[in-house]
Amino acid sequence: MSRDQYIYAVARIRTRELSLLNGAVMEQLAAAPSEEDCLRLLQAKGWGGRGQGAQEILEEEEEKTWALLEELAGGLSLFAVFLRENDYHNVKAAVKEACTGGEHPGIYKKRATISGEEIERALTKREPETLPEPFRATAEYAMRVLLQTRDGQRCDAIVDRASLIAIRQEGAQSGSSLLREYGERTAALCNVKIAMRCALTGQSLSFIEESLAPCGAFEEKSMAKAAAAGSEALFAYLRENGMEEAAETLRISYTEFERWCDNELIRMIRPQLTNCFGPDPLAAYLLARQMEIKSVRMILAGKRNALPETAIRQRVRETYV
Amino acid sequence: MSDMGVFFALLGAVLAAVMAGIGSAIGVGMGGQAAAGVVTEDPAKFSKVLILQLLPGTQGIYGLLIAFICLTQIGIMGGSSDISLAKGLLYFVACLPMAIVGLISAIRQANASVSAIALVAKKPDQFGKAMIFPAMVETYAILALLVSILAIFGIAGVNI
Repeated sequence: MSRDQYIYAVARIRTRELSLLNGAVMEQLAAAPSEEDCLRLLQAKGWGGRGQGAQEILEEEEEKTWALLEELAGGLSLFAVFLRENDYHNVKAAVKEACTGGEHPGIYKKRATISGEEIERALTKREPETLPEPFRATAEYAMRVLLQTRDGQRCDAIVDRASLIAIRQEGAQSGSSLLREYGERTAALCNVKIAMRCALTGQSLSFIEESLAPCGAFEEKSMAKAAAAGSEALFAYLRENGMEEAAETLRISYTEFERWCDNELIRMIRPQLTNCFGPDPLAAYLLARQMEIKSVRMILAGKRNALPETAIRQRVRETYV
Repeated sequence: MSDMGVFFALLGAVLAAVMAGIGSAIGVGMGGQAAAGVVTEDPAKFSKVLILQLLPGTQGIYGLLIAFICLTQIGIMGGSSDISLAKGLLYFVACLPMAIVGLISAIRQANASVSAIALVAKKPDQFGKAMIFPAMVETYAILALLVSILAIFGIAGVNI
């Protein structure tokens, strides 16, 4: 991957970074009296237009980001690591639709390398072999498990594991140090989330082993054993493996842990603000925009549901700029 | 064998022009990409980023200057040239500082220019400071230019 290939793209991103929402704007949004006031503030910052609803604005902003990066990178292959999550979300939804015969419009993610409708068609006709690899094997296995056991949780775990393996693989193959780190980090932290959920719900060791994906940070078998022994054993395992902060935030709450994960991600990408070469600043911008949209979504949902300001502030993530 | 003197002197002049020119072409190209990116988003910054883009272009001019002086000194510009092999080799060596430093400094200066353009994209009021960073690289191109000029003029007085 040529270092000088993205000079034009990075220069455009540098200018775009000026319109990212900073901490002060997030504070203003959190302090706004109502959702309507938040939307007015967002409109003043160039988000959406008059008469647009919150969901519409957020979807439009997400689409704008993807369209810009697609234009700058000449396609989305560079960002395959981010598309894998959507791909496997579509696999998961399509398996359930095909097995239950349900029809739920809007359940598939648009920005994906394979459309949910395509997967659903293949699975409904019981022709999973027509799907491209690596989705074929996962969809086939998840569908078989769901049809035989009617265990939706296990079906989800199979697809989630395949998703993490794919994310890690795409990151490693991208040739970008940031994307490689992102893939590794995502696999590790998602494993922690899965292990914690399993520990809290008292899942069996075999289920946990089947759910955890391989990653560089942990040895999945010993992590599964710790999770099967309960949450305290899992905290101890995390501390032993250099993830004290993860253990501490998990002890507070699952929400706090997710916030810590997102903030760590922002800290990981922040050095890209001063990098002018290579594809990493583009990937960092995409992640920053996604995090920004996530924070705005949480604030808007909080305002809609009349949550206290302090509760909203606790959920808002750190900003990139 | 005396013809080889002209050959080496000419080779030195050509290398100074070509290598410094290549460096500048790469450098101005890199700066141009970054400048175009900024102007796509904000056309008002055109004049500022144009100056930063052009900074790595000076090495090409220095290379041309050295080539021109060398060609004049060895008499090629006048149509006749008769210099010894030793003198030809000395001219060749005298051109090398500009050739090598010109190539490397232009590319390094381009890296600094691209970063300075990113700085201007975010903080246009810091243009003065942004220009200083790539301009510092210019120092070493100027030093190489001086060494090459002094050496070429000095060789003219050497009796070999």
